[in-house]
Amino acid sequence: MKLIKRKKRISGSLGGDIFIFLVLGFLGIFMVFPFYFSVIQSIKPINELFIFPPKLYAMDPTADNFVELFRAAGNLWVPFSRYVFNSVSVAVIVTVTHVFIGSSAAYALAKIKFPGSKFANSLIVLSLLFTSNVTGIMTYIVMAKMGMIDTYFALVLPFIATPMGLFLMRQFMGQIPESLIEAARIDGAGHFRTCWQIVMPNVKPAWLTMIIFAFQGAWAITAQQFIYKEALKTLPTVVQQITAAGLARAGLGFAGGVVMMIPPLVAFLVAQGNIMETMSHSGIKE
Amino acid sequence: MSTVKSDATPAGTVKQSKFKNTLNEMKRDASAYGMLAPFFILFAIFTIIPVTMSLPIGFTSFNMVQFPKFVGLSNFYTLILEDDVFLIALKNTLTFAVLTGPISYIACFVIAWLINSLGRTLKTIFTFVFYAPSIASNIFIIWQLMFSGDTYGFVNAWLMQLGIINSPIQWLTDTKYMMGVVILVQLWISLGAGFLAMIAGLQGIDKSQYEAGAIEGIKNRLQEMLYITLPCMGPQLLFAAVMQITASFTAGHVGQMLTGFPSTDYATHTINTHAFDYGFIRYEMGYASAVSFLLFLMMIVANNLIRRVLSKYIDD
Repeated sequence: MKLIKRKKRISGSLGGDIFIFLVLGFLGIFMVFPFYFSVIQSIKPINELFIFPPKLYAMDPTADNFVELFRAAGNLWVPFSRYVFNSVSVAVIVTVTHVFIGSSAAYALAKIKFPGSKFANSLIVLSLLFTSNVTGIMTYIVMAKMGMIDTYFALVLPFIATPMGLFLMRQFMGQIPESLIEAARIDGAGHFRTCWQIVMPNVKPAWLTMIIFAFQGAWAITAQQFIYKEALKTLPTVVQQITAAGLARAGLGFAGGVVMMIPPLVAFLVAQGNIMETMSHSGIKE
Repeated sequence: MSTVKSDATPAGTVKQSKFKNTLNEMKRDASAYGMLAPFFILFAIFTIIPVTMSLPIGFTSFNMVQFPKFVGLSNFYTLILEDDVFLIALKNTLTFAVLTGPISYIACFVIAWLINSLGRTLKTIFTFVFYAPSIASNIFIIWQLMFSGDTYGFVNAWLMQLGIINSPIQWLTDTKYMMGVVILVQLWISLGAGFLAMIAGLQGIDKSQYEAGAIEGIKNRLQEMLYITLPCMGPQLLFAAVMQITASFTAGHVGQMLTGFPSTDYATHTINTHAFDYGFIRYEMGYASAVSFLLFLMMIVANNLIRRVLSKYIDD
């Protein structure tokens, strides 16, 4: 795969570079500050949270809020481990299924010309508009009619077939040379085998990106409108409930927020180079 | 099944043989359908059917218990002529669409463009910094505590410390400020996949284009951007536009979390919140469907407009 090289500037000056750095630095502080603030607040002991004016550092940092978070969560109706189990299993099932069926479908759309392929392709591009936060009510009606409300299915099934991952994979596969596929086909491999044994090893950045994006989405699943049973709730729902308790639990709320934000951020950081390579094929051309 | 032989007189059977041809092609490509099926079945159930059903259900009165009752256009009449809250929601949604949409879109491009002129390490760091808010789960809740209406809210505390204000401002319940705060937070989380696409698109531009540009008399970075960079990035610009349209038209969640539901005087109420209200709180699914349908329609119209505008940059 071609490496992305840093582009040499023809025009532009050192002064310009410094100016750009300053502008980005200033904006960057605005972007980072809430994260910094959350972390600082999460390690402040309770009395420091209510000092006026609020301090930008913790005088006496403590892990109490985190300990308390797990303890408070342990006193909930349902053991905390249940929410962790729910969130982790939802994230794993959604991500794995999404990558598996999304990649297969992407191969068919990118590499096979069949009656209806043009229509299916444009349907995917159009549906990038319709994320689950806007189709929620309509999806609820469909799920209610199928008897899925308040079941594990409601936590998983609506979130698997999201068009974004399929779209990115299709774009990336588009640049795999036809000759590679022809060769495999002549050797007698069917489309399914060609996809998984020949093409997939060559599109690593794309499936890594699918994994990361799907995980980010799945980790945030609350499915609040589809789930009422306490035992089926996920971590974000519970953290949200603790945060909603307001100032009395401010420290806990911050600790919860910090715990929730770490997995998606780390996941992105690990795969950043591959994701950027995938995104270079993200353009919509039709 | 028809029994037309393939070598029969072509004139009379053109239509049938074309149909047969398609059938044969479909048989030949059976594996393609097999590979598409699992994804497309789920996709149909949870996206296509919900979106397309919004219109027919919008014509009914439906409470989830009884069978939907056909009521013609009355939901749509009520929405536009009688529902004052919907008009507020419409106004707010359009505010997000014409304000945060374009601002975040331009921010995506400008920040990506600035980042792209940095060295490798700084580029990686800044990409992460600007992208982080959009993926960090519900961390935007933090803004609720920064703009909290008492003196423990950071913003109030500092403004009072600096002597700019004397008493705390009710940022999240005073209608004068609510929309401003929500717009700020909406912008904070708006640099998502579209932003990444723009950085990647900028990286992918062939550097010989810039060399050619320098020979042709391009003097500074601004000219370089207008005459070389933008025309090279059509497809990425379109992808990012779709992302920003989705985000700005479906705004509502952030406002709902920060200013409560319903917000004071519906100051941050959007169409999406309105649909949520009628769907999940009042269980008037027919009405909620009509609201959703109008939102889908607006998004598709915006999408087509953007496509028309950007089409000159997309040549393939």
